[in-house]
Amino acid sequence: MPLDNDLVKRFKARFGDKIHEAWTDRKQSILVVNAASLVEISEYSRDDESFDYLVDLTAVDWPKREKRFDVVLNLYSFQKNERLRLKAYVGEGEGCLSVTGVWSTANWLEREAYDMFGIVFEGHPNLKRILLPDEWQGHPLRKDYDILTQDTAWVRENLGIESGQ
Amino acid sequence: MADTRTTGFPGVEQTVLGADEIIINMGPQHPSTHGVLRVKLRLDGERIVDSECVIGYLHRGVEKIAEHRSYQQFAPYVDRMDYVAAVSNGLGYCEAVEKLLGAEAPMRAKVVRTILTELQRISSHLLWLGTHAIDIGALTPLFYCLREREEILKIFEKYCGARLTTHAFRIGGLQYDTYDGFEAEVKRFCLDFGHRVDEYEQLLTENRIWIARTKGVGVLTAADAIDMGATGPVLRGSGVKWDIRKAMPYAAYEKYEFEIPTGKNGDTYDRYLVRMEEMRQSNRICLQAVEDIPAGPIMGKVGKVLKPPVGEVYHSIEAPKGELGYYIVSDGTTQPYRVRIRPPSFINLEALDKMIKGHLVADVVAIIGTLDIVLGEVDR
Repeated sequence: MPLDNDLVKRFKARFGDKIHEAWTDRKQSILVVNAASLVEISEYSRDDESFDYLVDLTAVDWPKREKRFDVVLNLYSFQKNERLRLKAYVGEGEGCLSVTGVWSTANWLEREAYDMFGIVFEGHPNLKRILLPDEWQGHPLRKDYDILTQDTAWVRENLGIESGQ
Repeated sequence: MADTRTTGFPGVEQTVLGADEIIINMGPQHPSTHGVLRVKLRLDGERIVDSECVIGYLHRGVEKIAEHRSYQQFAPYVDRMDYVAAVSNGLGYCEAVEKLLGAEAPMRAKVVRTILTELQRISSHLLWLGTHAIDIGALTPLFYCLREREEILKIFEKYCGARLTTHAFRIGGLQYDTYDGFEAEVKRFCLDFGHRVDEYEQLLTENRIWIARTKGVGVLTAADAIDMGATGPVLRGSGVKWDIRKAMPYAAYEKYEFEIPTGKNGDTYDRYLVRMEEMRQSNRICLQAVEDIPAGPIMGKVGKVLKPPVGEVYHSIEAPKGELGYYIVSDGTTQPYRVRIRPPSFINLEALDKMIKGHLVADVVAIIGTLDIVLGEVDR
């Protein structure tokens, strides 16, 4: 359902066509924003709209789409008791701007998104894998990474077995 | 660790250390890290200059598995994340899927869910208290904590047959109705438990060693806690009065009276007091709920084959460790397109580096304990 409340109007007045779409899904507000403006929009959300708590940052893979990744930021405002979801579409090989400067939480969350999807966050202070071993090849939460896939070379070298299955 | 320089050999980096500095590894096989957590500590004598957490030893790819299971089949997997609070994990997942479907559990199911989830919070906090105290050197509380926890696990076992990974709830309601004598047993436990908490407090709250080891240790200011995304008792210990049960009520919490305890200084001692009071409040909720469990069906109207309409939902609950959220994307098929779990332990652990800086090695043990992490959930 398209969303056009005061909040969206304020975002649009400030950022114009950098706010691509706005809708609600199960009564939850979603804004699709321009990936190149993610940091300024995040700063505005935090400072002017009091969305001071970054609940979660994650990604969703849509391999058939032109820009395959959704980078999803779930925000919450203590003052308004309200949630807001920001989304930015990021293509394969394109970097996404890091929001670690806006919310410190983003540090590990972006590392996880990099680990699982291979999205490079530009400006991240320490972008390396967090859950998988540093030398692992591949990004498991991509849709083209089959559930039985593993980095057999890594498994052979480090665990001394042919397969972890 | 920030200060690295290349040695001139390709790919070989060396950390630059001061004359008195050393790097030690704490974990992954260390009893006080509560699982397989490895913390690289850079020390100047006994003092921590810098640190880095290394996690992922228990990674099982839960989010990937979710994409290859039907909605119902995935439910038991969430119990294995925070394995000392499986009931809470299950509640969050079932409610998230219900929201995605547009379904609702009947009132009787909601009340039973609330009772079991609050008992689970008490049992999770009891395990925290026992192990946290033993980490710091107080051996006695663990025995009492496990004694009371056992009573709760017995109730779970009688209710659904399992003690830890319970899979107690189903999408749309409950699989099992309460057993005969459920109300009486919960009530007996709750009436007894109130003064048990006082007894634990007698052992610790004014204990000089306990105070010396916890007061002023691992301070996290309210602004930092919000910036770091800390939730649950860690956030409340820093003085932010926020609890999802009050802010965005779910299950049957709206019906019951309870307080949200907060701390003042954001140190380990305040987080201890917050959790102690939370146990009393959970007990209070259970007592109110068990008095009046409404009659009626236990399962709402959801089909046998679940195909949520295309779209997405984020739903979170106040788990014992903090905000446990599920972000589920549906493509209209019987399997979720994406399940993202927002793990409270993972995000609370991120604050560790900040909290231990400048403290002694022995305090790291206290601070890991006070964060109340479960590595099954950190690594998923």
